[in-house]
Amino acid sequence: MAELLKISDLHVAFPTDDGLVRAVDGVSLTLNEGETVAIVGESGSGKTVSGLSVMGLHKKGAAQLSGSILLKDGDRNIDIVTATDEEIRLLRGRAVAMIFQDPMSSLHPYYRVGNQLAEGYLVHNPGKKKEARQRAIEMLDLVGISEPAQRADEYPHQFSGGMRQRVMIAMALMNSPRILIADEPTTALDVTVQAQILILLASLQKEFNMGILLITHDLGVVAQVADRVSVMYGGRIVEQGSADDVFYKPKAPYTLGLLKSVPRISTHGSDRLKAIPGQPPSLINLPTGCAFAPRCEFASHAAGDICANDRPELLGTNPNHLSRCHVDEAVRDKLFVTELKEVRS
Amino acid sequence: MGVVMLNFVSRRVFFAIVTLLVVSAVVFAIFSLLPFDPAALTCGQHCTDQIIAANRIKLGFDKPLYIQYFLFLGGIFLGRSYGTGSAAFSCPAPSFGYSYNENACVTDLLREALPVTVSLALGALIIWLIVGVSLGIIAARFKNKWPDRVGSVFVLLGTSLPTFVTGLALLIWVTIKWKLVPLSLIGYTPITENPYKFFQFFILPWITLAIAYAALYTRFTRAAVLETLGEDYIRTARAKGVKERTVLFKHTMRAVFAPIITLAGLDFAGLIGGAIITETIFNLPGLGRLTLRSTYEFDLPIVLSTTILAAAVVIIMNLVIDMLYAVLDPRVRI
Repeated sequence: MAELLKISDLHVAFPTDDGLVRAVDGVSLTLNEGETVAIVGESGSGKTVSGLSVMGLHKKGAAQLSGSILLKDGDRNIDIVTATDEEIRLLRGRAVAMIFQDPMSSLHPYYRVGNQLAEGYLVHNPGKKKEARQRAIEMLDLVGISEPAQRADEYPHQFSGGMRQRVMIAMALMNSPRILIADEPTTALDVTVQAQILILLASLQKEFNMGILLITHDLGVVAQVADRVSVMYGGRIVEQGSADDVFYKPKAPYTLGLLKSVPRISTHGSDRLKAIPGQPPSLINLPTGCAFAPRCEFASHAAGDICANDRPELLGTNPNHLSRCHVDEAVRDKLFVTELKEVRS
Repeated sequence: MGVVMLNFVSRRVFFAIVTLLVVSAVVFAIFSLLPFDPAALTCGQHCTDQIIAANRIKLGFDKPLYIQYFLFLGGIFLGRSYGTGSAAFSCPAPSFGYSYNENACVTDLLREALPVTVSLALGALIIWLIVGVSLGIIAARFKNKWPDRVGSVFVLLGTSLPTFVTGLALLIWVTIKWKLVPLSLIGYTPITENPYKFFQFFILPWITLAIAYAALYTRFTRAAVLETLGEDYIRTARAKGVKERTVLFKHTMRAVFAPIITLAGLDFAGLIGGAIITETIFNLPGLGRLTLRSTYEFDLPIVLSTTILAAAVVIIMNLVIDMLYAVLDPRVRI
């Protein structure tokens, strides 16, 4: 499996009047072909900012980037962080494509759907208008839109939400990119439509052998499609591992909190939802220690005030399953197993 | 679509007519209730009661108000004649009445004044659209950089300087001191007769009007472009690899276009009602000056007609904009 994307120690910060917002603070991850890697986290954890960084969609001047984002384009590896605007533009839509959360507002209301699709092809294949149109209709057909030739001449408002997301996916696939970044692709959709879109993405992934970077806060979606998972909190990855490991043997207290807070249809239906207490941290004034420490119920298991004073590193006895926590891994494993049993019983 | 469109247009035309009737009735009532005798204004210093009484009958001021109103309305479609015998005269349809002050049918006066005002408004519109929209785009493109700051100075000056200041300043410097444009004593020349003289005649009034409006359009365009640039579909365009220039001039401007057209249509319609100050400064024989002079002289038929004309232009422009919108924005297709 070839490595398509390698993000190393990515930092993204936005200077604001209130101070520097450290939206992404040292994120590293890789994406291989045919693989789905999920970035999970709540709003403001830095997951969308990470995705936009890969697309080079942050405004020059508005965002400060450091680290590296190596993107495979044919035989070359291009570092998005240092590449020129024009280099990045030529990658967009061709080597890497992105679909967004809200299909309602992500399509231009004034242009016909077919033309919007064709434009993505024409940008990278100038002058080939007929081909672009043909390709647009093919892609619409591929994503399950019936009568694609006619629907290509319609406007976005004539499509339902699920259909628009299919259009967005078709648009992303116009140039058969190797990497697809899906930013909350199902969040704005009905549950039944969500499932359809996920199944569609999975089948297209096989067909195109794409690597998908799935950005979501929905653990249900992650469980269905992800091979590997990175859990983000306060701009940092707090746990990274295979989907099975993260779901069944979580190692970060925050991941455990997320898993516990998933609503379940259980026999004792009168149970309150188990939310994580407290608020996510401000990205301007991150705590000096572990960002999650103020909300962590396991901080007492660590030595002294280490959680409040020291920032934990991303470590693990299993090199494929890392987590950030000062509490001894063996102690955590024991504690978390009983906690999870309680929830999943 | 055809039938629905026809339905929409006919409904709008019907309401436009109703609105015009209401406007005309209100204006008519206001002027008729003013405490002066319109017939008394029809002759100068050597007036006798007999002449006034005769004129009252001749011009129909002796009839009840509602009859006068219907005579006025009827005149628009049928024309009107006044007096009897050898002193009789008539204003053919569409007649908006007879002005005794000017000794002319109002329609003829309007026919002379309207082209001047339309030329003034249209020329100014073209200038301020080009200048305002371009500056707005530049200001948005270079937000918070020096072009934007220069733009905001222009906006501040343009919106705060009254037209009588900019107009007079232009007259003093450009015409009198630098002698770049001759003083417009030559009078109005239609563009069809002599385009060069036409432009000479209008260039300063155009600039005067355009400065004020261009400032507003700069501000409006800048805000609209910046708002649109933040839209999700612009991010989508960038994600496709579309060039930044195309993002700005195609994707963004397409969305900004419709509200600018709306604004321009309404402002243009408003100016037809009378760019009174500009017309007065530059001595343009347009509708604004005609309205102003007739108001001073209580020349009811003219004031009534120009008011109705202004209202009609606004209403028609609204209708045109709504129909244009249906073409510009696929979401409001009817």
